[in-house]
Amino acid sequence: MKISGADIIIESLVKEDIEYMFGYPGGVVIPIFHSLYKAPFKFILSRHEQGAIHAADGYARASGKTGVVIATSGPGATNLVTGIATASMDSVPLVIFTGQVPSNMIGNDAFQEADITGITRPITKHNYLVNDIKDLARIIKEAFHIAATGRPGPVLIDVPVDISKSEEKFSYPEKADIRSYKPVYEGHPGQIKKACKKIESSKKPIIYAGGGIIISNASKEIRTFVKKTGIPITTTLLGLGAFPEDDPLSLGMLGMHGTYYANHAVHESDLVIAIGARFDDRVTGDISKFIPEAKVIHIDIDPASVSKTVEVDVPIVGDCKNILKEMNKIVKAPSIDKWVKHVKEMKKEHPLEYSKKGNIIKPQYVVEKLYELTEGKAVICTEVGQNQMWAAQFYQYSEPRTFISSGGLGTRGFGLPASIGAQLARPDKRVIDIAGDGSIQMNIQELIVAVQHKLPIIIAILNNGFLGMVRQWQQLFFEKRYSHTSMEFSPDFIKLADAFGAEGIRIKKMDEVEPAIKKALSIKDKPIVLDFQVAKEENVYPMVPSGKSVKDTIKRELA
Amino acid sequence: MRHVISVKVENKAGVLARVAGLFSARGYNIDSLTVGETEKNDISIMTIVVKGDDRIIEQVKKQLNKLIDVIKVIDHSSFSSIQRELVLLKINASPAKRTEIHQLAQLFSAEVIDISSKTLTLSVDADPEMIDNLIELLRPYGIKELIRSGRVSMLKG
Repeated sequence: MKISGADIIIESLVKEDIEYMFGYPGGVVIPIFHSLYKAPFKFILSRHEQGAIHAADGYARASGKTGVVIATSGPGATNLVTGIATASMDSVPLVIFTGQVPSNMIGNDAFQEADITGITRPITKHNYLVNDIKDLARIIKEAFHIAATGRPGPVLIDVPVDISKSEEKFSYPEKADIRSYKPVYEGHPGQIKKACKKIESSKKPIIYAGGGIIISNASKEIRTFVKKTGIPITTTLLGLGAFPEDDPLSLGMLGMHGTYYANHAVHESDLVIAIGARFDDRVTGDISKFIPEAKVIHIDIDPASVSKTVEVDVPIVGDCKNILKEMNKIVKAPSIDKWVKHVKEMKKEHPLEYSKKGNIIKPQYVVEKLYELTEGKAVICTEVGQNQMWAAQFYQYSEPRTFISSGGLGTRGFGLPASIGAQLARPDKRVIDIAGDGSIQMNIQELIVAVQHKLPIIIAILNNGFLGMVRQWQQLFFEKRYSHTSMEFSPDFIKLADAFGAEGIRIKKMDEVEPAIKKALSIKDKPIVLDFQVAKEENVYPMVPSGKSVKDTIKRELA
Repeated sequence: MRHVISVKVENKAGVLARVAGLFSARGYNIDSLTVGETEKNDISIMTIVVKGDDRIIEQVKKQLNKLIDVIKVIDHSSFSSIQRELVLLKINASPAKRTEIHQLAQLFSAEVIDISSKTLTLSVDADPEMIDNLIELLRPYGIKELIRSGRVSMLKG
């Protein structure tokens, strides 16, 4: 029995057992939406295609499942580009369907035509243009396989409208068999032994853990590893939550805005054990001055990440979870009491801090209060900039998939739609979007989606009247020339919340912070916008300016 | 240093664009790139000549391997290989100089494919280094036009 291409797409998604699809309709996808109408899974309509893809991304990060997106051709597809690049940089599994003009009109500058496969080639893990309806089911199976395996990433399928309308018998392949794609999951046993030997004989080792641990679901294994070896551990931005930050061996986050003690411990170490991390420039700063004394063990599923920027002594390509399991069987603790004592002392002497003087609300205080009142159990989404850094620094993460943030691309406007996806993925958790007054405006239209689906997302706006991070750079390096970073003209966020049907609370004084958060936490059926009016020129410290090294760390001068 | 990299790929639309895009996005220096069918009609071979130090070449190979349509990547610079390239050369040749040029060409087994009152056009297929030699030998006469096809490379044995 033959069914339409549109039905084949829906039936394939049912076979993939998906729970949600995110998207926005348009001309050439009407046939697909026609079939979607009676689909057994839920469809979440965004109000901009960028909102749809960031929501699918937040859903994928919070759940570990693959996010599914649909948009129409031309402008619908191009509106996805930022979201695709965001997912690509942070290795998020997404399958994205875009409609396309009829096959015989491709290349004719047709109405709403865009060469989306050409445009997204560099930012997708792989993409397809469907030429023949006979290939459609196989392509969908392959796309889901590619998106979620190895190092995950976004896969795009461009479907010309004539394919959606033509008919074919539906048969969904059992397996995806791609001869040119065979990721390696098991680490080489010889390399594993070599790494363990190096660990056992090290004097000043440190674990540098990244997002790969969370993707690989290896937080249990990393906990066992730290317990067995007693080695201090620091995480990247995307690794937050992989290891409980309230553990005495946790050094918090490292890098440009990481803790003083994490950066110095890494700098002084003689062995860096990198697991699921890629030596990004936000972490290394000036490569020539990074880890001058240390040997490097690098465990990663992507062979291209190993020895890309930093010379590695023991590379182990494979899945973190598998490799850590094997290492936990044979590794012995090194004798590092003196080193651990030194690191713990640094932690005590150089904590993250901010000035608590005056009655103006400090943004760091807001984040601390959010941590306290949610008992560290919320899922935190962030925008990008100062709000993101304070959310990383002043909230302590203990569980994986509870910190949802655009790290690699640094996309402002990510937080609100991502928190929608995260809340759908985790109805059992409170989801908080920590935002700035600038970034919240970039995808504010998605607020209505949260209202529509009764999602009690708390949008905590750290409202300082500036594009904070850019202003900080202008203050420190550009003679305080605040060129076009003032958000002096912003909407009244409370009136805006009201217009959308959300709750809105404005907080102007320190003693209003706690009651406002408590009020927000008591609301369970609609989003709450908290407009915290915070100190205008607060900076994120410590800071290792880009291209510099740990020695150039700028610390706060407590006034 | 020049490296000759042979890339076995799926014979599908878009693969060339993907590889070319990879090189341009990461700023690798392509000297030449050829692609064509093989004895299996669903597999093509791309022969890419890249300039770079060992670190860069290592990254080039790893990034190529990541592409879903790439089946295998072999660096021919580390093995014995046979390499061939085709070049068409149009040289300034007055009737007096024609014989001289023709004699030189014969040493390289070049074919004369066109003659005019002022020019002589040769076609040579040979090892790329031999072609480099011939070009240098012919330069004093004045090369009017020169097109190289890019090399293909096959491992010995």
